[in-house]
Amino acid sequence: MSQITRDEVAHLARLARLALDEDELDRFGGELDAIVSAISRIGDLDTADVPPTSHALPLTNVTRPDEVRPGLTQQQALSGAPAHEDGRFRVPRILGEEA
Amino acid sequence: MSVSTPEELMDYEQAVASFDPVLGLEVHVELGTVSKMFCGCDTTFGAAPNSQVCPTCLGLPGSLPVLNATAVESIVRVGLALGCDIASWCRFARKNYFYPDMPKNFQTSQYDEPICTDGHLDVEVDTHDGPPGSRRTFRVEIERVHMEEDTGKSLHVGGATGRIHGADYSLVDYNRAGIPLIEIVTKPVEGTGALAPRVARAYVTALRELMRTLGVSDVRMEQGSLRCDVNLSLRRSPSDPLGTRSETKNVNSLRSVERAVRHEFGRQAARLTAGDRVVQETRHWHEDTGTTTSGRSKEQAEDYRYFPEPDLVPVAPDPAWVEELRAGLPASPAVRRGELQAAWGASEQEMTALVNAGAVDLVESTVAAGAPADAARKWWLGELARHANERSVDLAELPITPAQVAQVVALVESGALNDKLARQVIEGVLAGEGDPDAVVTGRGLAVVSDDSALLEAVDAALAADPDVAEKIRGGKVAAAGAVVGAVMKATRGQADAGRVRELVLQRCGQA
Repeated sequence: MSQITRDEVAHLARLARLALDEDELDRFGGELDAIVSAISRIGDLDTADVPPTSHALPLTNVTRPDEVRPGLTQQQALSGAPAHEDGRFRVPRILGEEA
Repeated sequence: MSVSTPEELMDYEQAVASFDPVLGLEVHVELGTVSKMFCGCDTTFGAAPNSQVCPTCLGLPGSLPVLNATAVESIVRVGLALGCDIASWCRFARKNYFYPDMPKNFQTSQYDEPICTDGHLDVEVDTHDGPPGSRRTFRVEIERVHMEEDTGKSLHVGGATGRIHGADYSLVDYNRAGIPLIEIVTKPVEGTGALAPRVARAYVTALRELMRTLGVSDVRMEQGSLRCDVNLSLRRSPSDPLGTRSETKNVNSLRSVERAVRHEFGRQAARLTAGDRVVQETRHWHEDTGTTTSGRSKEQAEDYRYFPEPDLVPVAPDPAWVEELRAGLPASPAVRRGELQAAWGASEQEMTALVNAGAVDLVESTVAAGAPADAARKWWLGELARHANERSVDLAELPITPAQVAQVVALVESGALNDKLARQVIEGVLAGEGDPDAVVTGRGLAVVSDDSALLEAVDAALAADPDVAEKIRGGKVAAAGAVVGAVMKATRGQADAGRVRELVLQRCGQA
């Protein structure tokens, strides 16, 4: 029995901008479930004495001085873009998702 | 999805009598660092599009962010000035969303570990009732101040009026993407009643003043370096739970902050009174009509999938360093205002007028450019305030600098201009005709100080009105006013009225 519901798969797909068909929605629930179960085995370990870790490096406060450094030219910046116009990246219209 | 038909508004007095408002303000301030938050790109405003970018702020694969030390220092100083607690350890987080203003598909921000929490800012508003100039102080509690990066700028092409709906495509400039941004979020502001719009404006004004005093940002609202989102909800009584709020985005002038709160107050009151509910949503502010329209609904919780930013290590401000920054804070704006008030010999009431008009810094700069304080105050609160009002902009947005105002004042002081001509000079400067000297030359404006030319006009005026001339000769000095008026008219206002009067009296044997 899958713990990840079809609705959750649909939600994740929407967030990731993936177009899944009906079969895929069914199938990915099971596959994601297998992945989540595999990872959840880590919960079997006793981690009471281990502080939560988000970074592999034991460092804090890594900064740079506030100085301007040369970057890319406009031409370089746009060189990899599929489309540009007036020095700007041209992107498809955005439907009702104003951030 | 967007409904842009205007909605019913309840009369403001009536809305205030029926509902209790609760405000919430989110202010974004672009820091004035010379380079971006996580890369060394230039932050100067107004450059050619995509000319201040690099692999990091374009989100190209393999690039890594490195934090700007000055940006951290600035935000800690802001937090301290707002009386916040400074976190001893905090992290950045990725706010994930798909939108082309962030090429990385996430914005580097802070989530549940903001660097500054629990502060406050006291603001004073003119109550407009009671004796003139009576003021009330409100304490606005600050929930958090966190650091993040600004987004790129989109230009929507096609469709109507450059708005997002109906656009054919969009053009994006990433020069702004990655500029250090701080977000200052208030706790719900209660108890403001009818003064809610004024408290909102006073808060943003005070915050802007604070940023300027700290020297961390140029806070130019017209250039977007200070942007405000206004949240408002209504309830029947202060003892009721909070009502549903709307969030009006990008209200980008002090005047608009006040207008937006007032508008939302009336709109929500009308809905609630009609038995409708207020929808939790983002609303767009329209500067031209002074109204808001529905944007994105926020009924469903947003899912940004925040997680700790793996590419940036935690920030852990050393307590000794924080204390050093605290000791180095400049005097608060309130203290500074007190000092300026004393230096300018201004009354409480005059000072309040300057603060409300956002003119304190402008007058200060004008005085620094050599103008006497009372003259600087007179021009900014009088003629220039009138122009700002006509154009529906804030004083600081007028295309005239304090130095130019000081030049006009100097021309008046030297007698080269009278007030009437000075007003024309200001008009010329605002119309883009150049510096005051250039306008004076260009428009041929100068007080006629040549007595012989004036005497000719005086004699002509006396000859044209022999009855009045006779009266003056007979001792009715007050009658001279009519002749002075005629001379001023003949010289198209370019004469010194005082001198004309002397000459009229002289000619009639009364001097």
